[in-house]
Amino acid sequence: MPAVKGDGMRGLAVFISDIRNCKSREAEIKRINKELANIRSKFKGDKTLDGYQKKKYVCKLLFIFLLGHDIDFGHMEAVNLLSSNKYTEKQIGYLFISVLVSASSDLMKLVVQSIKNDIVSRNPVHVCLALQCIANIGSRDMAEAFNRDIPKLLVSGDTIDSVKQSAALCLLRLLRTAPDLIQLGEWASRVIHLLNDQHMGVVTAAASLIEALVKRSPEEYKGCVSLAVSRLSRIVTSSYTDLQDYTYYFVPAPWLSVKLLRLLQNYPPPEDPAVRTRLTECLETILNKAQEPPKSKKVQHSNAKNAVLFEAINLIIHMDSDPNLLVRACNQLGQFLSHRETNLRYLALESMCLLATSEFSHEAVKKHQETVINALKTERDVSVRQRAVDLLYAMCDRTNAEDIVAEMLTYLETADYSIREEMVLKVAILAEKYAVDYTWYVDTILNLIRLAGDYVSEEVWYRVIQIVINRDDVQGYAAKTVFEALQAPACHENMVKVGGYILGEFGNLIAGDHRSSPIVQFQLLHSKYHLCIPSTRGLLLSTYVKFINLFPEIKAQIQEILRNDNNIRNPDVEIQQRAIEYLQLTSVTSTDVLATVLEEMPPFPERESSILAKLKKKKPGAAEDPDAAGGKSSPPTVASKPMPEISVNASYQPQGASGGSADLLGLSSSAPPAAAPASNDTGCLVDVFDMLGTGASPTSNGLTAAADENYKSATTPDLEAGPDKIHEFVCRNNGVIFENDLLQIGIKSEYKQNLGRVGMFYGNKTSVPFSNFTAEVSLPGELSSQLMAQAKPVDSQVEAGAQKQQLVNIECVTDFTVPPVLVINFLYNGAQQHMTVKMPVMVNKFLEPAEMDAATFFQRWKNLSAPAQECQKIFKAKPPMDGEQTKSKLLCFGLSILEDVDPNPENFVSAGVLHTRNQQIGVLLRLEPNSQAQMYRLTIRASKDAISTTLCELLESQF
Amino acid sequence: MLLFSRQGKLRLQKWYTAQPDKLKKKITRELVTTILARKPKMCSFLEWKDMKIVYKRYASLYFCCAIEHDDNELLTLEIIHRYVELLDKYFGSVCELDIIFNFEKAYFMLDELLLGGEVQETSKKNVLKAIAAQDLLQEETDDTKSLLEELGLTG
Repeated sequence: MPAVKGDGMRGLAVFISDIRNCKSREAEIKRINKELANIRSKFKGDKTLDGYQKKKYVCKLLFIFLLGHDIDFGHMEAVNLLSSNKYTEKQIGYLFISVLVSASSDLMKLVVQSIKNDIVSRNPVHVCLALQCIANIGSRDMAEAFNRDIPKLLVSGDTIDSVKQSAALCLLRLLRTAPDLIQLGEWASRVIHLLNDQHMGVVTAAASLIEALVKRSPEEYKGCVSLAVSRLSRIVTSSYTDLQDYTYYFVPAPWLSVKLLRLLQNYPPPEDPAVRTRLTECLETILNKAQEPPKSKKVQHSNAKNAVLFEAINLIIHMDSDPNLLVRACNQLGQFLSHRETNLRYLALESMCLLATSEFSHEAVKKHQETVINALKTERDVSVRQRAVDLLYAMCDRTNAEDIVAEMLTYLETADYSIREEMVLKVAILAEKYAVDYTWYVDTILNLIRLAGDYVSEEVWYRVIQIVINRDDVQGYAAKTVFEALQAPACHENMVKVGGYILGEFGNLIAGDHRSSPIVQFQLLHSKYHLCIPSTRGLLLSTYVKFINLFPEIKAQIQEILRNDNNIRNPDVEIQQRAIEYLQLTSVTSTDVLATVLEEMPPFPERESSILAKLKKKKPGAAEDPDAAGGKSSPPTVASKPMPEISVNASYQPQGASGGSADLLGLSSSAPPAAAPASNDTGCLVDVFDMLGTGASPTSNGLTAAADENYKSATTPDLEAGPDKIHEFVCRNNGVIFENDLLQIGIKSEYKQNLGRVGMFYGNKTSVPFSNFTAEVSLPGELSSQLMAQAKPVDSQVEAGAQKQQLVNIECVTDFTVPPVLVINFLYNGAQQHMTVKMPVMVNKFLEPAEMDAATFFQRWKNLSAPAQECQKIFKAKPPMDGEQTKSKLLCFGLSILEDVDPNPENFVSAGVLHTRNQQIGVLLRLEPNSQAQMYRLTIRASKDAISTTLCELLESQF
Repeated sequence: MLLFSRQGKLRLQKWYTAQPDKLKKKITRELVTTILARKPKMCSFLEWKDMKIVYKRYASLYFCCAIEHDDNELLTLEIIHRYVELLDKYFGSVCELDIIFNFEKAYFMLDELLLGGEVQETSKKNVLKAIAAQDLLQEETDDTKSLLEELGLTG
């Protein structure tokens, strides 16, 4: 036990070492409970405790609380300590109050009373304690009680310096809590003049307060500008010995300098020429000092010096008026871009982002393009790479857009999951903003979908369609390009959507070529149909009906598809309804009517890009419109730019509903769009739909009404997911994991080494919104230490028919056996719904295949011969045995297929590496099918005990 | 401001904005795991929600501050350093155990350096003077008590 400084509360020290000696969590809890019981009995006992004892017990309670346990008594005793005359008792009392008592507590009145007594005390240390307590808690009640006393203390000539410092920051806290209650009135100018105080500590504290006051009413405190400039000037011109203890590693008063520089960022450049010159001199001096050789090799010296430098650069950028300073700042940051300190590279990238928005320095920033692109490729820390992406986005203009977009696309392939979505948005915006040649734009977006389809949000692919529709010079090219893109054997769903839409509108432009004749286009699209989710199928059905209009020659084939049971009797009402209605539409109406209904989409009205809006929403403040930069730096090009600032047509607005994205004609019955663009001339159409509406098509309202009845009775059915649905997901990453009458839960996941990114989709199947919707990932028992899961919050309201998405980041810390559980709660028609669903996150998701030759395999196999490392299972084949399927199952399980290793070609040999944060675990497998007996023998060996058993069990369920 | 050990045990926490306890625990847990997962050569700053996190490791302890976007990161790093210097000077080459056993002192010292989330006093001398004055007050009052306790007369 180390020596206890100051007062020796021996009982406390003994208790702390007891706790530290506890071998297990249980023992610790036991010891704590014993202590709590002891303290409780002491507090309740009739023997009155003296101040020291009270202090000691309160201190113990505080310690227990800080260990993470709940404390529900002792508050009163702590408040009693406040009125003690002994400093240490008072001090512990205040500490307990600041840490443990919430501002809303009933005890606050008593606390405020004690503070009142202390604040008028003649003993300055008592006053300081009281002030520190206010600064720590800073409740509204306190602001009411002390809004006169504290300002008075602050400006009074009798107050000693340390009290002044506390009073300044105390007032700042109250100002932040209750700005309306703090009015300085006639004291304002005296507060400003604290900047001239002799005591540097007082100036430092006051500068923070003054900045907050300035933010509230700049005019009233304008006088501080000249005072701040002259103070700053005195600091930067002083030698480091002048300021004695306020010099920090040879840097004079860095904290105060930074505060003053920030204070000045609240005002435009000073109007008074003398003040302005003086400020410019200060900033120049700071820039000069950065070029001087360091006075110390210590990192503290350079940090403090550079902290001041960066703040000075911030001020230079803020003033944005002196080209000389701006360019110097840019050159300085350029040096930092290749500095060996990661911190400096990070900050340089960040500050340069701001410089790129200034017309004076935009060009200077562009000189560093190569370095920044290099940073994107070589930085090892994702937060630094993120800054590099931001800077590239900010420095992009018409001259370098093609290069930058190309680099960003290349990087996207390997980019971290956490920044992909944002990068996709940025690339999409840049491509649109600086496109000279719209074929380039179309290529870029299609590349985007190819490389990072999962991260391409609805806004992005809506946008490319809007632009193609509004620009007839690119329509033919777009049709040709999507047609080619769709020929890839595996293409992303978003590609199918864009392709479906564009071919539906402009397929006729490429139909002349026999390689993309109508029937070829149709067959190509339809080859993707069965792989798509219902909303995409709905979109494709609309494309098909447009094809009937564009290419009457393939009408028969298309009608046959519509008539197919898979569509006309599809359990998904949206698909069913479309199939029925389109079939009727094309059978009943004349070609003229059909042509009118299915006319080409009208151009979209111009509005702000919805992608930009999305980026702003995602990163408020950080997503400046690049135009702000480009606009200033090269006004002529931008002004003449024929930019179609168009945006979503009503039916294109993301409706939240999953089906909404595919709703092109506004036919969806669940969420009627504000306008149905193509149906402006539908005199006879109404009849067609009336005829259909009566019975041919069950509307979604009809279906859900029945479901509603079941739940109106305000019961709270506790719904459990089907028992072993989870086994379906051992070898699959996407799909529907749970479904009942109310809710459908889908999953989309991807894994890379020991990290996983899981998207959960919650679909409201009813016609009533869910409220108070929460979904949390629970890691029961041991799992909490084996897996880390971070679930982003999900909107608490899920509209009828809508789908909400939730992103869960998962990290495998070490191997685990049970899957995490999703706990879902919401209100449906006033009835609380609760369900728990197992998440299909199994340990094999963190497996990655490994390749090796036969010799290596057998060598490793031999090395893993301890009994705990092996697990063997012999079991009967459930589905028929099929070599190809087995192969693909093993591959999807996360293992390789090693050919020519096993002498028997019927057998399978695989290897993989299980990635966890703590270690990488080698896994080897041998699977021997016996087709006569319809049995398998599965053997798994792993370099860590018990893993082979877990994997064996998971894999067995698949055969 | 948070202080926690390499094993993820929280040693000191100071909140400058009011948060419900449950949220505090959640934030703490998230931050501790995020920071412990980072590698030594990585940048000391990271964006977290709408805040910035500045952290530094000293021996077995991580010191971590959440600051606003336009706050100065490098100087926050130096506030942490100054706090460590203060602890070091006061305890005489400070170690994690000192902070565990004298947690209240660690809090008092932090209150002298930072108040309401802003720097109050940057002079090492002045902070140590204030703390020494506190100790002096304590010794005056505690002499008799600790004697009693040595004899085992109080619990």
